[in-house]
Amino acid sequence: MDTATTSAPLFTSKELVTDQEVRWCPGCGDYSILKQVQTVIPELGIPREKFVFISGIGCSSRFPYYMETYGMHSIHGRATAIASGLRATRKDLSVWIVTGDGDSMSIGGNHFIHLLRRNLNVNVLLFNNQIYGLTKGQYSPTSEEGKVTKSTPYGSIDHPFNPIALAMGADGTFIARSMDRDPVHLKEMLRKSAAHKGTSFLEIYQNCNVFNDGTFEMFTEKATKKQEALFVETGKPLLFGQNNELGIKLDGFKPVVVNINENGNSINDIWVHDTSDRVKAGILSRFFDSPEKEGHYPRPFGVFYEEDRPCYEDVMEDQVNQVIAAKGKGNLDKLLRGSEVWDIK
Amino acid sequence: MEKQNEVLEQVIIKFAGDSGDGMQLTGTQFTNTAALFGNDLSTFPDFPAEIRAPQGTLAGVSGYQLHFGSVNIYTPGDKCDVLVAMNAAALKANLKNLKDGGIIIANSDGFDPKNLRLANYPDGKSPLEDDSLGKYNVITIDVTKMTRAALVDSGLGTKEIDRAKNMFVLGFLYWMYNRSLDITIKFLEDKFGKKPAILDANLKVLRAGYNYGDTTETFRTRFQVQPAKMAAGSYRNIMGNQATAIGLVAASHQAELPLFVGTYPITPASDILHELSKHKSFGVKTFQAEDEIAGICTAIGASFGGSLAVTTSSGPGIALKGEAMGLGIMLEIPLVIINVQRGGPSTGLPTKTEQSDLLQALYGRNGEAPMPVIAAYSPANCFNTAFEACRIALEHMTPVMMLSDGYIANGAEPWQYPTSGDLKKIDVKFATEKNGENFLPYKRDEKLSRPWALPGTKGLEHRIGGLEKQHETGNISYDSDNHQFMVRMREAKVEKIADYIPQQTLDSGPEKGKLLVVGWGSTYGAIKTACKMARSEGYDVAHAQITYLKPFPKNLGEMLFNYDKVLVPEMNTGQLLKVLRDKYFVPAIGLNKIMGIPFSAGEIKDKIVELCK
Ligand code: SF4
Repeated sequence: MDTATTSAPLFTSKELVTDQEVRWCPGCGDYSILKQVQTVIPELGIPREKFVFISGIGCSSRFPYYMETYGMHSIHGRATAIASGLRATRKDLSVWIVTGDGDSMSIGGNHFIHLLRRNLNVNVLLFNNQIYGLTKGQYSPTSEEGKVTKSTPYGSIDHPFNPIALAMGADGTFIARSMDRDPVHLKEMLRKSAAHKGTSFLEIYQNCNVFNDGTFEMFTEKATKKQEALFVETGKPLLFGQNNELGIKLDGFKPVVVNINENGNSINDIWVHDTSDRVKAGILSRFFDSPEKEGHYPRPFGVFYEEDRPCYEDVMEDQVNQVIAAKGKGNLDKLLRGSEVWDIK
Repeated sequence: MEKQNEVLEQVIIKFAGDSGDGMQLTGTQFTNTAALFGNDLSTFPDFPAEIRAPQGTLAGVSGYQLHFGSVNIYTPGDKCDVLVAMNAAALKANLKNLKDGGIIIANSDGFDPKNLRLANYPDGKSPLEDDSLGKYNVITIDVTKMTRAALVDSGLGTKEIDRAKNMFVLGFLYWMYNRSLDITIKFLEDKFGKKPAILDANLKVLRAGYNYGDTTETFRTRFQVQPAKMAAGSYRNIMGNQATAIGLVAASHQAELPLFVGTYPITPASDILHELSKHKSFGVKTFQAEDEIAGICTAIGASFGGSLAVTTSSGPGIALKGEAMGLGIMLEIPLVIINVQRGGPSTGLPTKTEQSDLLQALYGRNGEAPMPVIAAYSPANCFNTAFEACRIALEHMTPVMMLSDGYIANGAEPWQYPTSGDLKKIDVKFATEKNGENFLPYKRDEKLSRPWALPGTKGLEHRIGGLEKQHETGNISYDSDNHQFMVRMREAKVEKIADYIPQQTLDSGPEKGKLLVVGWGSTYGAIKTACKMARSEGYDVAHAQITYLKPFPKNLGEMLFNYDKVLVPEMNTGQLLKVLRDKYFVPAIGLNKIMGIPFSAGEIKDKIVELCK
């Protein structure tokens, strides 16, 4: 959602803390996300009472209880729909949806894609931990194939969703990925999400240290991060590696990993990221293969795609105003009478 | 030639034809003409289950029944006096509902060998040509031929010409019942104003039908049905779903809150959405959601934000909304859920009527999830009921279920419409200030309802949700005593509404006596008529129709015990019956019909007589 940023915060991060005890497991990635959100929200220049956090069900969905704003902890998968109704009728509010991979990709998958195509001006924070935490450890729709969990003792046979590609397919207008373990990047992505007018979809890799510990460590931990994570920024070449010596080159539509210092390659051959290029964002969204696979692509983080498209609630309001302009404000007595009446004396 | 005029008190006409024959339009036009003439009336359309069933087949027959009279009319009528049959299938499907001695107006062109075969007439023998219709008065007209003859110079193609056939029949019926063509002429002018050739063709055929009656020697008798003696006032014709929609707009106006409708198309409720989506000039926001669940959830979001929020559906959709209704009950926010019932279970009979969702409305959610339930009893009454559902939801901070059904939703009747000045204000107060040291979102008032604090209100930031909450603070609580307290509190809050609704009244009959017939919903007209018939034969019977099904009016129990026997007719296997027996230990008797069609007054009267003997 778009907001005017002002220099003097209207309230402090501390004022966003509620009197409720935070109940996530110690070490859970949710703590970091909560902290970054509480840092960014006061910077946005919007009064505290105008924020609404709506969640579904799952560990992440406890989030609203910890934010001293308006909030609703709703039912499984439906936060997106509830937020749509709220935003469609209350354009003055800054609406944030907090959801997990089970909540938004499984039980709430339908509402998720429809929210994106309608493009209501709300922010979706998907805490993706690739596991069902609250129900104590079943595989989720984003778990990798073969995953052994409580409900898949012989390994998961489900092919996982790629949330970024799914959002691209649903015509999302702002699609980004970040991680719990990189506060600086996460805050930047939260700011960008807030600044976008339309549905902002931010997938956040979140470590569930109890049921799926370390599932993202290739991307988040120092030893491998530079090699495995590709931080994209519009106008900048797609570079990664210990010394940024690796880059992505496009051979037609096929991305190729090259070393810019070898074989006559140069930085000038490298694909320069452009968040307004839908085709290239589509290719980038498919950088999703397992880091264990030989010759895999690095996993992108940052804004994949951004587009300016009218928001549902604005068009809805325009239509109402156009009808009123053409026909005048509704007259209840006229409506009650209808077109044909007769009198009985 | 001298034509005779016979005066009748009431007439029941069934218009039947292929779904492409325009019978709904023909019926509606005759209805509007009768209404504006001052007859009392009641209608019932009978749609085929498939949108485009094969032409000429029994499955493709579309019907429209109209009951009009100079006396008060409460139902579309049992058996009809006149059957318009545009083809063989229409005759076959409806003949059993024609009175002995009734009139059949048959389009002979619809009885050719192909139509006869499609209608399963053995050996292709036309019933118009053998003596199987001997006990009826059969008028055979080759409508197709007449229509084509009237339009021979029109320059239109055969297909377009044939589409005007229904106007011939309508014109003929207008002659038969001494009606003016004016209303239909005006309607056609509005509809085809931009297509003069089509307008002209329709007008010509309409007049041709009228003149055919006037000039043809075979028809000697015309019928007069005088205006009805109805209460003085201004009337309009209205269908149930339309009345529901207008009721919602009126409530939004009287509560001074914007109306939001989150919904998903479903038969027979979709017309509420269609009607509301026309009324954007009232600021109405209609949201056609991706599914039933999103329908109610968007409404919950809008309610949280301070709109008058509504979701509409029918049984299968209501089943899908169950969990979200539970959320609404936990959140204690205003929400109106409208169930236009149809035959069930599962997909059931989408185009047929039934009252089989009462128990679903009362109990169909997980946990102890009490919700007020009120039912509309006639097409026009849908207005009051929708308005009242909104009032209860807003003034008591609760989801409310309104029950209608396919019968009254699609049926029509004259409505002595109110003016805006006749409507009550709906009292809505938003919280603006703290009600304790911290804001207590679940602190209750004398109605046991909680404050409605809208997002955006400074200082009242709070969180609500589906988890059990602590009394007053609304914080999550797993405390066992608190849970029991809150379960009982939510029930008490709904029961408290009984202090704010009218007492149960008798619709007719003595205050004490032998038999009380208790109905709810769309059985009203049939029960009323049955009781009247029985009393005229000397039976001591009274009638009460229950609008408030949860909570019941406070005096209902007492009323039930003023009679030796209680009869409960329902279009289900006995759902209200169960509830009444459970709550009042009354040995009530059920009369149950689960055939997808409404009761006839005669069926109920027979049962009354049996019980009174
Ligand atoms: S189960 Fe996992 S996701 Fe849930 S709170 Fe614990 S660590 Fe976090």
